[in-house]
Amino acid sequence: MTTRRALLGALLATAFGLGLPLALQFPAQGQAPAASQPAAAQAVRIGYLSQEEDPRIPLTFLEPELTDEGVQGARLALADNNTTGRFTNQKFELVETVVPRDGDPAEGLRSLAADGVRLVVLDLPAEALAKVAALPEAAGLLLFNSRAPDDALRNEGCRANLLHTIPSRRMLTDALGQYLVWKKWVNWALIVGPAPEDKLYAEAVRRTAKRFGARIVEEKAWTFDTSGNRRTDTGLVTIQSEIPVATQLRDHDVLIVADETDQFGEYLDGHTWLPRPVAGTQGYTPTAWARVNEQWGATQMHNRFERLAGRWMTARDYAAWLAVRSVGEAATRTASGDPAAIAAFVRSPQFELAGFKGPPFTYRDWDGQLRQPVLIAGPRMLVSVSPQEGFLHQNSLLDTLGDDAPESKCRKAR
Amino acid sequence: MFRFRLLATAGLLIGMAAPAAAETIYVTNEKDNTVTVVDGEKLAITDRIKVGRRPRGITFNHDGTRLYVCVGDDNRIDVIDIASRKVVDRLPSGPDPELFVLDPNKRRLYVANEDDNMVSVVDTESKKVIGDIQVGVEPEGMALSPDGSLLVNTSETTNMAHFIDAERHEIVGNVLVDARPRVAQFTRDGKHVWVSSEIGGTVAVIDAATKQIVRKIGFEVRGVKREAIQPVGIAMTKDGKRVFVALGPSNRVAEVNPETMEVTKYHLVGQRVWNLAFSPDEKRLYTTNGVSNDLSVIDLEKDRVIKSIPVGGAPWGVVVKP
Repeated sequence: MTTRRALLGALLATAFGLGLPLALQFPAQGQAPAASQPAAAQAVRIGYLSQEEDPRIPLTFLEPELTDEGVQGARLALADNNTTGRFTNQKFELVETVVPRDGDPAEGLRSLAADGVRLVVLDLPAEALAKVAALPEAAGLLLFNSRAPDDALRNEGCRANLLHTIPSRRMLTDALGQYLVWKKWVNWALIVGPAPEDKLYAEAVRRTAKRFGARIVEEKAWTFDTSGNRRTDTGLVTIQSEIPVATQLRDHDVLIVADETDQFGEYLDGHTWLPRPVAGTQGYTPTAWARVNEQWGATQMHNRFERLAGRWMTARDYAAWLAVRSVGEAATRTASGDPAAIAAFVRSPQFELAGFKGPPFTYRDWDGQLRQPVLIAGPRMLVSVSPQEGFLHQNSLLDTLGDDAPESKCRKAR
Repeated sequence: MFRFRLLATAGLLIGMAAPAAAETIYVTNEKDNTVTVVDGEKLAITDRIKVGRRPRGITFNHDGTRLYVCVGDDNRIDVIDIASRKVVDRLPSGPDPELFVLDPNKRRLYVANEDDNMVSVVDTESKKVIGDIQVGVEPEGMALSPDGSLLVNTSETTNMAHFIDAERHEIVGNVLVDARPRVAQFTRDGKHVWVSSEIGGTVAVIDAATKQIVRKIGFEVRGVKREAIQPVGIAMTKDGKRVFVALGPSNRVAEVNPETMEVTKYHLVGQRVWNLAFSPDEKRLYTTNGVSNDLSVIDLEKDRVIKSIPVGGAPWGVVVKP
């Protein structure tokens, strides 16, 4: 049922794309409102670029191995855009481009650009994303980073053609930090995994501690080898004896773990030397999206997504949804299919996006990051939503998360 | 439990002794799965009626003897008999009904089903869904013109007010409003529709004939962040002279002068104010406050809040019976 629906959408989209290539590539500027042209719908094409990769195997057996993370969020937003498009006479199309494992993402972008696509969602890790965004062919495009949380992409590596719908690492750790400080759990121990991402996450945690007056009492690198298969008949015995030793750290209120690649963090809770809560990349986790959020209409979002994808929506799916919905919202508000008009509106102060987390979301003009609350998700329940009460800001409370304008190292041409 | 029942009975007796003009307030509690009954004279709780899961929208039937309650998590509408204070019947709806409106002339409920982009038309007599109207993403608010000919539905993610021919069940116009429209309300003369946008932070006043926005009302409360100003419930007096708008987590109810469409006053009420209802003499306004779990009572002559009544878990909808 689900597959059939997605397939039908793809077929329609393809048929449509073939039928109207000229109109799609060169939409006229300043078109009259859609209602006055009942015949031909305004076409809005959105590119979606990703690369084939091995599915991430979660350490827990409760989570599925995902092969369609990200793209399903984009597909749902496309369906949502098209529901609205029926009333505005606009037709949205998602041009999905998956570069093969040994291929070059740059080729993917070039082919999208050559096809006339001007608005592209990038579901790529930081390195590939930076390369793609720097291509000469990308200069006139509007790109959405829906996956890479890297702070460098928002600072030294920022670009005028690049917006970020996934929260940065600093936003995530600030969100967690605010909650822990609000709880008065201000003494943190930090365990850092071996992956490069873990080191970046740890950097963000250190910065958060300094910002909000928390203290990292001790830090430890994770050196145990947990890279083997997750399923063995004797594994638990080793875990139960290894983790207490590994977590013998100076007394702390909370143990923070930096394990973005999901190698060991799940093992900590229940095994720590001291009876302390675990937070960070596992345990109580700051995230853009989680199934445990049922407020602000999130229920409907979950229901629609689960009907479409047959699984729970992840932060990566959600960020892709936000990117495609940003385009839809701008197209509706401007009554235009012109990518330039859409891109201009997305960046304008008039732009606001509803994202099932309370306040409206807007893009920061200094680094292109989408302002949004961050969930503090427990494994079974929502713990809290940051920003927390008591953290103040002169413009937007959401700017207490991540790099604020004075801190930003982004010097892009605006 | 026994003690509670005793208290309730006592309340009932006192209620019967009170003047006939005293009103009764009914509040849906989203979290408790109850409808709280409040005596308007004493401003005290007299009863709690158990209903289905997640009760939100609430409205009277034509002769005021029954209450219809949307119980979203049970995908149906519960029918409460006011005399016995019990659920005596149920009506079908689509998935997750949230708000609805009763046709003043026909036995028809128009129900917004938040979960399937559909407005259902329910015959309250045959207890059947007799029609579906395809609308935008996440249907929410429902309003019907005074003559029953024009239906308005808001869709939260499409951000539109859909104008629907109530007889033919066809959309005749779509008006784009600010983000996450919630409540729609016709003026008594049927000329305008007021639509609140929760995330956009505005109320759009739409001309029902031309389907154009004639005015967008913004709100500003000193010391309150713009993000916290989230308009939801709208209430208008019968003479059309006073309009009140609930502003969600800003904990305020704004009074708007419909002549000038300017805000004249902000009333501080409980936390996260959802919906509003007048007393029959329109000397009072009752507000449901979802986070502080209470009902605020605004005295509209003195222009101030005179009481907060703890009513239940996450109070949401409110109606008043003379």
